[in-house]
Amino acid sequence: MHDADSIVVERQDFAGLFEILRSLGYAVVGPTVKDQAIVYDQLSQVDDLPIGWTDEQEAGHYRLRRRNDAALFGYAVGPHSWKKFLHPPRLRLFQAERSEDGAMVFKQEPVEAPKYAFLGVRSCEAHAIAIQDRVFLEGAVADPTYRERRIGALLIAVNCGFPSSTCFCHSMKTGPGISQNTKVDIELTELLDDEGHRFVFQARSQKGQTIVDRLPARRTTRGDLDAAEALVAEATETMTRELNAEGVRDLLYANLEHPRWDEVADRCLTCANCTMVCPTCFCTTVEDVTDITGDHAERWRRWDSCFTLDFSHMPGGSSRQTSKSRYRQWLTHKLATWHDQFGTSGCVGCGRCISWCPVGIDLTEEIQVMGQSTQGVPSS
Amino acid sequence: MSETGQSKPKLAVWKFASCDGCQLSLLDCEDEFLAVSEVIEIAHFSEATRRSVPGPYDLSLVEGSITTPADAERIQRVRAESRYLVTIGACATSGGIQALRNSRDVGEMASVVYASPEYLDVLETSTPIASHVSVDFELRGCPVNKHQLLEVILAFLHRRKPNIATHSVCLECKARDSVCVMTAKGIPCLGPVTQAGCGAICPAYNRGCYGCFGPMESPNCAALSAQWKAMGVSDVDIVRAYRSFNGYAEAFRVESERHESI
Repeated sequence: MHDADSIVVERQDFAGLFEILRSLGYAVVGPTVKDQAIVYDQLSQVDDLPIGWTDEQEAGHYRLRRRNDAALFGYAVGPHSWKKFLHPPRLRLFQAERSEDGAMVFKQEPVEAPKYAFLGVRSCEAHAIAIQDRVFLEGAVADPTYRERRIGALLIAVNCGFPSSTCFCHSMKTGPGISQNTKVDIELTELLDDEGHRFVFQARSQKGQTIVDRLPARRTTRGDLDAAEALVAEATETMTRELNAEGVRDLLYANLEHPRWDEVADRCLTCANCTMVCPTCFCTTVEDVTDITGDHAERWRRWDSCFTLDFSHMPGGSSRQTSKSRYRQWLTHKLATWHDQFGTSGCVGCGRCISWCPVGIDLTEEIQVMGQSTQGVPSS
Repeated sequence: MSETGQSKPKLAVWKFASCDGCQLSLLDCEDEFLAVSEVIEIAHFSEATRRSVPGPYDLSLVEGSITTPADAERIQRVRAESRYLVTIGACATSGGIQALRNSRDVGEMASVVYASPEYLDVLETSTPIASHVSVDFELRGCPVNKHQLLEVILAFLHRRKPNIATHSVCLECKARDSVCVMTAKGIPCLGPVTQAGCGAICPAYNRGCYGCFGPMESPNCAALSAQWKAMGVSDVDIVRAYRSFNGYAEAFRVESERHESI
């Protein structure tokens, strides 16, 4: 949250942020209304933001709704996440040519790294990016595309004032407010009250400081800081869903044969939507393509999912034939084995997998049911 | 060298009971098709040329379903003359829209449609090619996607596995940034139970998926139907949705019958 170093930018001066970002060579991407949802896309001006819009979310349900004010950030997260910019859905990895003497010549793909400014990153999303940082950058081999895009990216985070009913970041300790140790470049809070429509800005990195310093601003008052704090406190209060983050890893390990997995399998479509919208799911597959002559080949990487049969295809076929085994793989990786593999949970409580599941499967409900009828004694 | 001893592999395209749309997808490849014809001999393709070279053939693409006794015999000859046989489209892989008759009395339907039904010599059912002969690869779609068709031909040519995904349409929707029409707009969509391949066209234009590519690898139609019913879709409309181009494909057929009996 903000401290005394923060500044206040009035609504009419907010456009200045876009000018500063453009002058520094950033491509601004952020929330905008498209296709009856708030998605992440290129933004060229303040008016591209979802002004006066909010969302209504439930399991398997998302609807845009009008707000009765002109807030710029008065909604929760939508179907997109920032991973589509840092970890593109389709990417050519290399090309190969057959030379005249018949030898294969490999051509390394240049890493394309647009310089992005992410405007409107929520606390849960900043945590999701930190999780993908561990996956892509902190292992034995760093992913070059992710690395270049991540280094260039500027994270302008917004304290979340309007979580949806599918959100449970508070119980995952990833939001709704941006904590001091969350890695972002700028933290802002939108305030809309009797004191006017304004934004509390605070630089959280050197990169962020150079931008904040150029904004037309006044110093914050005690009233501004109290209002910002109250907004996050209220957001926390409104969150209805929760997940017991502390005990979930051991609970899952103790219940790998729980009958609830069969019940979920009856409802699960294995359509992979949950993994596509998840801001931390990172799995991919590669495809080799050839041209007509056969002298030119390319290898492409594309998002894949543990819900597809091909994903676990080994000699003899897919090792996860049933939807039960695939759902269990996803949930236990996300909430249990992720801890063992990467040292944190793979879930940030953003609720996307709940809202965007076509049949509304809710992982918080599944965990709750399993907790109430645990088959083994969770031990750590 | 081809399997048949010719310098270029020989391609044949065959038509059974169908609308010709999948063959048109091959012609629609245009520039690529010309390039293909430089490395593959188009030995038999009535939609494109009157010239027909006798078999055997290295690769046969078969469009259409088996609906007559004569075709049931003809497909045996095509199989015998073909090193590889690939079916293209919903008719050839699941019986097509004409398989609607499989749950009705053909004689009764013919008497309503035709002035002199006694001249007809048809089978009781419309069935996929694989019900009659062994098939090396089935390419889905109504019609097939031309890029996928080209991919199958190139994979055959270069002796590699074709990159044809069997997962749901949803992955294609997400890859092209479409917003889910079911969750955000309340539009019933068959995408979660339908195989990818079209590029998720309909949801990108605010329509639910029609299931043109048939059931995906692990379809849970019952769960999707339950959600449709919760959205207010009637059993009659659920039957209609499943009973279209791929209505005779096992998963869709079973689901439509389940709702017909309710």
